[in-house]
Amino acid sequence: MKTVVSVIGKDSVGIIAKVSAVCAECNANIVDITQSVLQDMFVMVMLTEISSLNCSFAEFSDKMKNIDGGNALDIRVMHEDIFNSMHRI
Amino acid sequence: MLNINDIMETISMISEENLDIRTITMGISLLDCADSDAKRSAEKVYDKITRLAGNLVKTGEDIEKQYGIPIINKRISVTPIALLAAAGGDPIIYAKALQKAADATGVNFIGGYSALVHKGFSAGDKALIQSIPEALSITENICSSVNIGSTKSGINMDAVKLMGEVVRETAEKTADRDCIGCAKLVVFCNAVEDNPFMAGAFHGIGEPDCVVHVGVSGPGVVQAALKKCPDGDLGALAEIIKRTAFKITRMGQLVGTEASKRLGVPFGIVDLSLAPTPAVGDSVAHILEEMGLETCGIHGTTAALALLNDAVKKGGVMASSSVGGLSGAFIPVTEDAGMINAARSGELLLEKLEAMTAVCSVGLDMIAIPGETPAEVISAIIADEAAIGMVNSKTTAVRVIPAIGKKAGEELNFGGLLGSGPIMNVHLNKSPKKFIDRAGRIPAPLQSLKN
Repeated sequence: MKTVVSVIGKDSVGIIAKVSAVCAECNANIVDITQSVLQDMFVMVMLTEISSLNCSFAEFSDKMKNIDGGNALDIRVMHEDIFNSMHRI
Repeated sequence: MLNINDIMETISMISEENLDIRTITMGISLLDCADSDAKRSAEKVYDKITRLAGNLVKTGEDIEKQYGIPIINKRISVTPIALLAAAGGDPIIYAKALQKAADATGVNFIGGYSALVHKGFSAGDKALIQSIPEALSITENICSSVNIGSTKSGINMDAVKLMGEVVRETAEKTADRDCIGCAKLVVFCNAVEDNPFMAGAFHGIGEPDCVVHVGVSGPGVVQAALKKCPDGDLGALAEIIKRTAFKITRMGQLVGTEASKRLGVPFGIVDLSLAPTPAVGDSVAHILEEMGLETCGIHGTTAALALLNDAVKKGGVMASSSVGGLSGAFIPVTEDAGMINAARSGELLLEKLEAMTAVCSVGLDMIAIPGETPAEVISAIIADEAAIGMVNSKTTAVRVIPAIGKKAGEELNFGGLLGSGPIMNVHLNKSPKKFIDRAGRIPAPLQSLKN
């Protein structure tokens, strides 16, 4: 089971470090990652394998959303099926 | 492999264009709860609903979290209560039991305080209909609907006359709360059995014991997609709407199958609807304006809505294994920012709304009318709307709110999804009383010689 972690917001030091720290902490394996900075907006999409999470999906998702105290970054954790069903026939 | 553009498109649909799943509605049959002792029957109703739907809200929230898509409402539809009330007893007992079940399960609404009287009244129907004003005034989360006509049986004008009085009485009983009772009462022609949307949802007798339906939304997504095509012809617009409706519906199908799996209940249908909310960027009227109308309600509105409604269905049908409900674009006036503006400015009139209902998914929806409107005028509005549905073999409905103590031009405010809006003009100088008082039945229309 894979999930897409997306992070959009103002660029700052250590965003990827914080996101990957949560992945490691919850035992989520990073499968793919793409990132760019458009002007000063940070945009990252990460695909993670979460079959062997050591916590519940909800906890993983909450931890991710709170990495910056829930302020400047828009962080979403969404199951990959939502994209597959929407964009693939 | 996932494409980053697709991912970003989905995220912006949710975060900027108000894409959401409007409702997960669990349909529950209460036929096995009927008992000649109404109290005993109401207890069984409460037990069955809380047993089957106890996890509904939690499941909805879990799915919301897993997929990152908002699911706004969790609701329940039940067998028309008139069928249970037929065994005897005061129908109000059932209204109280349903409210208790709504409180226990935490759902937003339970629909099905209903009667199907398109050809005539059977035992229990009249008592239930007469109890609607009280039932809606003493409960918060119960919705009521009455089917008064169909293409196959014609229009029961006795029921139409009665419903005019019931709508008025409901408004009077809830006058201290902006007449909100009437926002929970729908009068149908050709009602569907698997509708997940309130206030008209009930669980038809042809449905399984328990089933899960999903209603999608997303007017903002369609509007945003059309914005990217400022100069295309109408064929191109229809194509864009179809594509967008497909994507929205796929999301509904995914959520529906997942909810069905988690709840251990068969999946019913996806209702392919564009359901607006009063929020900015979530309006059906704004889609019509994006197509090129200066404001909704002017000449051309009906044609634009016909295109939109048809394209939504064409796009959605392929995206789901099972489509049903009311499927199409809703045009509830007080729940749609664009409609509210058009009605305030005087460009959108009741007559135009009636014409629009011939090509959209339902009917005259959430329209505030002057408090002095007599019952026979409300009945006549219902009869007109039912005639459109009956002749065109489509579902039509009337949900009007007589604003007791207020006049045309003033405003009603319900708050939340029900919104607010101006009180619209109706013809009050001349009366249809004699026509309505004749009562009886309008015969079913011919199905051939269609001109």
